[in-house]
Amino acid sequence: MKKFAWFLTLVLALSLVLSACGGATEPVVEEPVEVATEVVATEAPVMEPFRVAVVMPSAINDMAFSQSMYDALLRIQDEMGGPDYFDFVYSEGMFVVDDAAAAIRDYASQGFDLVIAHGSQYGSSLQEIAPDFPETSFAWGTTAETFGQPNIYAYEAASQEGGYVNGVLAATLSESNIIGVVGPIEVGDAKLYVDGFKAGVAATNPAATVNVNYIGSFSDVALASEAATTHIAAGADALTGTAQMVVGAIGKAEENNALWFGTQSNQSSLAPSVVVASQVYHWEVVLREIIANVKTGTLGGQSLKIDLANSGLVIEFNPDYALPAEAQALADTTIQGIIDGSIVITLP
Amino acid sequence: MRSKLGTLFDALLPVIATLAALVVGAVMLLILGVNPIEAYKALWDGAFGSANSLAETLVKATPLLLVALGICISFRADVINIGGEGQMIMGAILATWVGLTVTDAPGWLVIMLGLVAGFVGGAIWGGIPGLLKAYFNVNEILSTVMMNAIAVQLMNFLLRGPMIDPSQAELASKIPQTARLLDAFHLPRLVPTRLHLGALIAVALAFLVYILLWRTTLGYRIRAVGQNPHASRYAGIKVQRYVVLSLLLSGAFAGLAGVIQVYGVNYRMITDGSASGFTGSAGFNGIVAALFGQLHPILSIPASVLFGALLVGANSMQRAVQVPSALITALNGLVVVFVVSSEIWRRRRQRRRLAAAKEEESPPKPGQAEAPKKDAKP
Amino acid sequence: MISEIFSTTVLIGILASGIRLATPYLYAAIGETFGQRSGVLNLGVEGQMLLGAFAGFYVALKTGNLWLGVLAAMSVGALMGLVMAFVTVNLHAQQGISGIGFYLFGLGMSDLLFQKLMGTVETVSGFPAIHIPYLSDIPGIGPIFFGQNILVYGAYLLVPLAWFVLNKTTLGLKIRAVGENPDAADSLGVSVARVRYFTIILGGTLSGVAGASLSIALLNVFQQNMTSGLGFIAVALVYFGGWRPLGVLGGALLFSMVNSLQLWIQVLGIPIPSDIAVMMPYVLTILVLVLTVSRVRAPAALTRPFERED
Repeated sequence: MKKFAWFLTLVLALSLVLSACGGATEPVVEEPVEVATEVVATEAPVMEPFRVAVVMPSAINDMAFSQSMYDALLRIQDEMGGPDYFDFVYSEGMFVVDDAAAAIRDYASQGFDLVIAHGSQYGSSLQEIAPDFPETSFAWGTTAETFGQPNIYAYEAASQEGGYVNGVLAATLSESNIIGVVGPIEVGDAKLYVDGFKAGVAATNPAATVNVNYIGSFSDVALASEAATTHIAAGADALTGTAQMVVGAIGKAEENNALWFGTQSNQSSLAPSVVVASQVYHWEVVLREIIANVKTGTLGGQSLKIDLANSGLVIEFNPDYALPAEAQALADTTIQGIIDGSIVITLP
Repeated sequence: MRSKLGTLFDALLPVIATLAALVVGAVMLLILGVNPIEAYKALWDGAFGSANSLAETLVKATPLLLVALGICISFRADVINIGGEGQMIMGAILATWVGLTVTDAPGWLVIMLGLVAGFVGGAIWGGIPGLLKAYFNVNEILSTVMMNAIAVQLMNFLLRGPMIDPSQAELASKIPQTARLLDAFHLPRLVPTRLHLGALIAVALAFLVYILLWRTTLGYRIRAVGQNPHASRYAGIKVQRYVVLSLLLSGAFAGLAGVIQVYGVNYRMITDGSASGFTGSAGFNGIVAALFGQLHPILSIPASVLFGALLVGANSMQRAVQVPSALITALNGLVVVFVVSSEIWRRRRQRRRLAAAKEEESPPKPGQAEAPKKDAKP
Repeated sequence: MISEIFSTTVLIGILASGIRLATPYLYAAIGETFGQRSGVLNLGVEGQMLLGAFAGFYVALKTGNLWLGVLAAMSVGALMGLVMAFVTVNLHAQQGISGIGFYLFGLGMSDLLFQKLMGTVETVSGFPAIHIPYLSDIPGIGPIFFGQNILVYGAYLLVPLAWFVLNKTTLGLKIRAVGENPDAADSLGVSVARVRYFTIILGGTLSGVAGASLSIALLNVFQQNMTSGLGFIAVALVYFGGWRPLGVLGGALLFSMVNSLQLWIQVLGIPIPSDIAVMMPYVLTILVLVLTVSRVRAPAALTRPFERED
């Protein structure tokens, strides 16, 4: 038995040495091909679709971060005319940084035109991988850092802007002047949104109280729902939250007739009677720019942002909720104010 | 000749069971409209198809092996250690702190200190449940499950607070990661791939653990406590102490797995806040790898490689045929169940072999004690 | 600020949240207690819960009948229990590891089925609160104890039921015998295999109900990995409770109430970092067990496969 174990180990060691001697394979990269953007009248030219691969940390139907990117890619595909012109593959649920790094590297070596690393935790890996594939364009979000690499685009969402608007609305509509926030962990996009929300409330009604609860998990739906219940028991009649586990909180909001303000995706369908508005992420705004740049040969080196000004962030109001006219007007003015710069959101 | 064939069969049993699980997986793939042949070819290619693939497999296998070594020790003492996740995290935290604090020292020294720190960090996180079990009768399953969760929250707290990357601290959106270790402190790469020195360190440690368990008094006592605590106590072995020690050592090796991930793969500690974002479930997968290797440190080497190959290959398969990663998770589960279930054949054959061996031996002379080894060295 | 915790609103809130949060833990842990009492460790509870949660949700969504959903959850859990029983009893598989395998399978399958059969997050109208007349009108505590939904009541009724079965029936005697000394039980004519099959399948069924209690009673939604480690905590609670239903109840309530306490701490703005607050239930569970140093012994045959000596 022992002898066999030695033998097996030897075989494995030998195969490792042999394959190392074989040398690393060169990554084969296709050149991005110009795709005709005008409608061709007679014959359909043989063309290569623009190929994108995306790596995401959670599920494509999480009603939050990953879904926003997936939906955006679908919209782009639609805009560009279908899978013949724009094709994308994805790996979701890649919350382990290591596995995501392997995925990014794999996709890059398969010759995709654009590889999107949709997760702020992937940055470290991207820093290593991007230099190895100078012909491939990479996009990394949510962040502003491109590491000075010519083939990395950075993109982020100014989620504090929508947070601010939601905060203004919440402070206006709340009668108890106690507002609750259910968040996952105080980092990244979640922190931006919550900080913006608090700023919006403070600017509208300094006497209002905002209670914030970070439950320490992105997936514990039960805890999120009890956090919402706790907020309500503490007197909150307006709630907001971010990340996928808030589906539990939304349910409790509806049960207790507390207003809900959503972010990352349109959450009206989950609680039509209490969802007032959602800040929806339209990543296609930055994707369009990135794709256009890549086609002309600029593979990276820029930071892009979706915000209210470029309609990358859109406040979608719930048609089933009867928003009083003054509140609607205030929201619109706030949005305009953020866009033209008259309202400045100061973050801690 | 027959017995050699039998030994081969035993050793390949996990592989055969894995193949059986993949057959069931093929059915699932067909239902999803995917060609299983194409899928499994991608799996193979992803794990072994090129130098890069093989490197990825070995990089994935390294933490599995380290955790498995720890499990080999603790299971031999009849202690279940499912706290690998937390121990890995604590080892990594301590080692990262060392690497970021001791910046003006030669690279090799910092790496050594880092390994020691990881060993200590994991040992503490394993030792606490050990002490709780030995002296307060707190079951180790309960304490390790709790300590896992506590470690994750501690990691989140440190990585978004005191230990956060200074460049991140200024940004509005803070990614929970530490600063990057200086280049000098990275574990050197073995070949121009992601394969790093950690793999060799792990293999060397496997041999060390083998020596520990079968060639030292400590190892003997650990095994004795596991096989027969009452007899051991009667023989003068302080059972409590070895229970603590086995959990401590087990945790220490898991801690080393954490160090390797930081110093050899990511060059910083980074998480996304989830329970296994940093560890990649190596704490649990290492237990499976240890079982695949029949709780033997040397056999854990091929076992970890095979399991690492499965994990890496399955992810590659996901990319190639675009199946949901949920299928990959379910497939991993199937493989574990099948391999674990297949053990019965190995045990039956071993018993038959022992019985046959006994028959061949001449009956013991009167007065001469016969010492049948229940736990024969494989 | 800390004194605010002792106000009536907060204390009642903690009690209410704690009772609700404890429900799935109770179902799963009581089920696991039966299994462990008969000598079997099942770490796959989480997988059974997730599949049960999905099955219950999907059936309830499609048929509009919540009880059919519960039935579906029970069936799925029982089925997984059946397979686990075969693997454990007949194939003598390493129990801790096989459990992890079932967990991964349940996690992946529930996610896969959710993606393929539903595709997007939806809600159902779950079990409504049942207000027991008069009692639920007691101010403050009335709604908490007497205004919950049926699955919550079920979880708490399960505790005395389990106690009764384990301690006062022949079946319970057999279960305990098999867990303590299967050889002796076998020689007395008790079928160890049959008893273990029963307890494992029962455990799976109850885990399924635990999942359903989340998806169609308490949260009314299904999402991937929504249990987020609950099943493992439930298994740990069996150890905490000393393999006694009453102890398990104590553990579930302790854990859940400290969890709701930490929620309140954050809501009240008490300046404890959120991660430290989230740690509290886990730390306290260990602390309580350390402080109440007990001499309770595990069932002697726990995790040991039974093989009839020839």
